[in-house]
Amino acid sequence: MEYNLTTLQPVLPEIVLLCAACLVLVVDLFLSDRTRLVTYGLSLAALIVTVAATQYAAGPVREVILDGSFVRDPMADVLKTGLLLVSLFAFVYAKDYLRELGAFRGEYYVLGLFAVLGMMIMISANSFLTVYLGLELLALCLYALVAFHRDSKTGAEAAMKYFVLGALASGMLLYGISMVYGATGHLVLPEVAAVIAAGTADQTVLVFGLVFIVIGIAFKFGAVPFHMWVPDVYHGAPTAVTLFLGSAPKIAAFALAIRLLVDGLGGLLAQWQDMLIILAVLSMALGNVIAIAQTNLKRMLAYSTISHVGFIFLGLIAGTDKGFSAAMFYAIVYALTAAGGFGVVTMLSRNGLDAENIDDLKGLNDRSPWLAFMMMLILFSMAGVPPTVGFFAKLFVLDAVVSIDLVWLAVVAVFFSIIGAFYYLRAVKAMYFDKPLVDVPLVSSLDTQVAMSVNGLAMLAFGIFPAALLGACRAAFGG
Amino acid sequence: MMGFEKFLFYVFSVFLIFSAVMVITRKNPVHSALFLVLAFFNSAGLWLLAEAEFLAIALVLVYVGAVMVLFLFVVMMLDINIAELRAGFVRNAPVAIVVAIAMAVELLIVVGPQRFGIDVVAAPEPRPAGYSNTEELGLALFTEHLYAFEIAAVILLVGIVAAIGLTMRKRPETKYQDPSRQVTVKASDRLRVIKMDAEEKAR
Repeated sequence: MEYNLTTLQPVLPEIVLLCAACLVLVVDLFLSDRTRLVTYGLSLAALIVTVAATQYAAGPVREVILDGSFVRDPMADVLKTGLLLVSLFAFVYAKDYLRELGAFRGEYYVLGLFAVLGMMIMISANSFLTVYLGLELLALCLYALVAFHRDSKTGAEAAMKYFVLGALASGMLLYGISMVYGATGHLVLPEVAAVIAAGTADQTVLVFGLVFIVIGIAFKFGAVPFHMWVPDVYHGAPTAVTLFLGSAPKIAAFALAIRLLVDGLGGLLAQWQDMLIILAVLSMALGNVIAIAQTNLKRMLAYSTISHVGFIFLGLIAGTDKGFSAAMFYAIVYALTAAGGFGVVTMLSRNGLDAENIDDLKGLNDRSPWLAFMMMLILFSMAGVPPTVGFFAKLFVLDAVVSIDLVWLAVVAVFFSIIGAFYYLRAVKAMYFDKPLVDVPLVSSLDTQVAMSVNGLAMLAFGIFPAALLGACRAAFGG
Repeated sequence: MMGFEKFLFYVFSVFLIFSAVMVITRKNPVHSALFLVLAFFNSAGLWLLAEAEFLAIALVLVYVGAVMVLFLFVVMMLDINIAELRAGFVRNAPVAIVVAIAMAVELLIVVGPQRFGIDVVAAPEPRPAGYSNTEELGLALFTEHLYAFEIAAVILLVGIVAAIGLTMRKRPETKYQDPSRQVTVKASDRLRVIKMDAEEKAR
């Protein structure tokens, strides 16, 4: 193909972000600890400029360039915008926490930007090779970020666990990909789909490869029974990293599942549907039940993540455009909610000491009524209480499952989310009805307060007016 | 496949499997590493037979020349207690053997000759004499796989940033040389000539 500004326009957001990340990397070298805020400002600017570039390159027509390895479609536009905005919130919340921890270094933002780049590559991947490379770029950044606080033993331990299990998952995924390549002879996803549709490929090899690909996806999502790393990594990593790790990558994992399972292996829907049903039911059951037993806030949110992954899978299981758009809505909403939830945890942490236990939430209403209100909205959204957006996210997913006559699955999902409501409400009770353990007033900088207010109120705003985001998700799947 | 090529294939394969088994059964880690080098040479031979010259040479240059040498350095510099590492070996061996056999059987069923045999997947046409594997690879990398190539470059950059970010730290007690100060130093900064009276000779 020709390489010029017109033909490369679909890949503009990635190019802009890569240049910006390299710029931040170099500028940061010349900064002292006192002027480190410049790195922070530049990183936020990089994300905002990339959002602008994404909007500039956006359009209703699907474009495939770079010899089939890159695709830009409406789904990619929406997911990239969501991803960049969620990362923006994460970067803002991380600042104060890192400064208190004495770890306010440029690497956090540089590695964060490269991780965002990796996720954007995954979202726009159109061949197995691109999917895998994007995933590795994201994973490498996250391993390093988890070990980011060098004096923390738990951080190093978590990073080691994450690295070993992550490498295993990548190996599984790669093995599955090689099987599918062997059976179809193609790496570009639509061509793989065409060979499968033609029925000339060996079905046994395809299904064998599919099993490994599903395992790889489940590992990256943290679905039961491949969830072992989630609580330990969320708990061991510095909260500023958990915040990033627990939010934006869920959007990328959704894109990974759509690209591989729908764009590439859509012809094997009947096979992966059954596998995902098992993963979804186990995730919702185990995540919600074990979360009740947690006293550590970060671990509780980790198990809550596992249960939400089950819900995202429900939308995929439906196998219809309606289901996919519902899952997409859920993934974006959950990423935003998780960023807010972990954001509050970082704001409660002071003087480098993590506020990790549910007890630390006690009496938050007396210390900071506004923050308590924001946290309440976020927790209600996770629990699925109307009128917050979490309710609609759950509703759309359940609607999609019911419309393919899997009523029992919807009943199971509702049952476990009622169990799950208990531990969210327990946290709300701690904030509003318990006496505070410490009466140190909460101080946070203006940008954090603004971001938290926007994030919390978004739960309410999207809940009352879900049509805009839902419309974008529907449009992404041709509805 | 021609008769002599077939013979070579079996020679390389037998040596490859033999050296791979030796890698995991040797007590001395240096021996294991050296057998791994032998395994790499044999797989390079197999790749040559498959007309993948560039990959064969890259395997020898990169893995044998760089990675394994580095590996040997580490093995020799660190005091690794093998007995400790092998403590659970005998106890876990039966389970490991069962799992390994199950996996081998499964693999044989899925990727065995009835699915990927020579009669199912046709052998590629032999290339003419002047064909350059390296040139084709270079062209493919910079045209068809340009995007993947660029992403791989970014991954390497992240590797550098992560490695330096995780290991480099400034310690105030570390002593290091500052060449610019060394150059500008004068004799008077280092040596002070003090005039003093000669002492009287003790009686």
